[in-house]
Amino acid sequence: MIRPQKPWLLLAAAALFALLYAPIVVVVAQSFNGSGHGVSGTSLTLRWYGTLMQNEVAMRAVTNSLMLGASSTLLSTLLGTLLGLGLAGQAFPGRRWIESILHVPVILPDIVMAISILLLSHWVRKLTGLMELGMPTMILAHTTFQIPFVAMVVRARRSGMDPSWEEAARDLGATRSQLFRHITLPLLWPGILAGALLAFALSLDDFVVSFFTSGPGSTTLPILIHSSVRRGLTPEIHALSTLLIGSALLLTLAGARTRPQNAEK
Amino acid sequence: MPSANAPAPKAGRIARLLCLPATLWITVLSLVPLLLVAGISFMSRDDIGTLTLPLTLESYSRLLGFGPFGFEPLYPQIFLRTAIIALATTALSLALALPLAFAIRSLPGRWRGVALTLVVVPLWTNLVVRTYAWQLLLGPDSWLAAASASLGWLQPGEGLYPSLGAVLLGMVADYLPFVTLPLYASVERLDWTLVEAAADLGAKGWRLFRHGILPQIWPGLAAGTTLTFIPSLGQFLVPDLLGGGKTLLLGNVLQQQFGTSGDWPFGSAIAVVSLLLVGIASALQRLRKRA
Repeated sequence: MIRPQKPWLLLAAAALFALLYAPIVVVVAQSFNGSGHGVSGTSLTLRWYGTLMQNEVAMRAVTNSLMLGASSTLLSTLLGTLLGLGLAGQAFPGRRWIESILHVPVILPDIVMAISILLLSHWVRKLTGLMELGMPTMILAHTTFQIPFVAMVVRARRSGMDPSWEEAARDLGATRSQLFRHITLPLLWPGILAGALLAFALSLDDFVVSFFTSGPGSTTLPILIHSSVRRGLTPEIHALSTLLIGSALLLTLAGARTRPQNAEK
Repeated sequence: MPSANAPAPKAGRIARLLCLPATLWITVLSLVPLLLVAGISFMSRDDIGTLTLPLTLESYSRLLGFGPFGFEPLYPQIFLRTAIIALATTALSLALALPLAFAIRSLPGRWRGVALTLVVVPLWTNLVVRTYAWQLLLGPDSWLAAASASLGWLQPGEGLYPSLGAVLLGMVADYLPFVTLPLYASVERLDWTLVEAAADLGAKGWRLFRHGILPQIWPGLAAGTTLTFIPSLGQFLVPDLLGGGKTLLLGNVLQQQFGTSGDWPFGSAIAVVSLLLVGIASALQRLRKRA
């Protein structure tokens, strides 16, 4: 077998990794840069993290992001798990129809999804006076784009489960609820957890949908960073971005940890 | 108590019940709003900007360039620019992902997984952060700008952004992982004996690539194209932050209509048309797959 192992290939790959990582490295480096502005700093400092902690606007954005992520993840994990379970079993009339509806939030460009929910909220507000733009509309919107991903992960886990465990429990006389509580749910758990982590990461990462559906007082981290970019960056924003990068990495690692378990069980 | 071997219709009923809440949720918050967007795109606005009847095609004809003051090519130009940038982003990302995928394939087994993970990790960093980072890297204070200035490509004190090149760079860096993953999946399954056979028959260089490798990695290239072209049609953050006012794309115009301009019918019409473009792109994709 010939395998192209030319040095230029590895060199090109190294250059492309530089392209992928240069933005991340520069932001993290700037967050520890003592001279504040400019790229040519020399002294290391944690000062910006300190001032960040005292920045009320930034801390409120952190709280908003976490609140939005947690509530939408809770909702989408519940709905997505049920959907994933429903789609994992035998085919039934209408399943293909449900599957194509499920794909709509995935293929929709995020800006179109964002404005369509903006218009929905306007319309509902006009009819009923409810659904002011803000945290509730953001939770509704985030849950919508999270559901398909949770459902896909849970469905894959359910379909890959060894049926002999459930058969054994049934043979031993387990009732339907016993079967679900003691066999199906524990086996399904890593899939649900992986789906929830993915949903949370998607929510934390979202800018476009939040940008259009947020109201006064519901600014999230990406929105705050975006508006700071327009007004002029401060070292604190680099520190904030570094924290966001770090938490995204942690979530991804945690998600990867749930997978080896899959293989064992 | 339900028996162990529940009959199929009953299982189907439970499955349907399980699917019901999420399907309802997505219908109400995704399909209904889309119909609303389509409907509003045909509405008019009165003097103070409120939506009213009669239904009209005015928004669409404005998009085609027929404004109140005769033909203006502004919007057709933006359409064309968006399509060209989306195509260029796709082509560049594919061209760069190709050597990356082959390089990863040539690594020893356990390093391949590590390299692939490293390709994906930047995706988990917020795009807003990655994009403003390019402002730092390309700005007037950066060494890249200084180097370009000393080579005479730039006026000293000028930055490499805002520019069309910066928009392309930002978009390619954003979509590169999306192209690399499906492409790698194809490259990994590549049958090298076919490539060897072509080489034995005297194919070299481009001909070897064209006939020995390209047909085999076609599915990966097609998947990468879809994953890049469709989202780059709706991209507004990267041109917003790296393009300045000069490189307005469809996404930016759409955003303006729901922000400062407040022209919802026009914005909705743009959304409908970009959805149509997405639909056409994925239909072509499906035809390709079947052929």
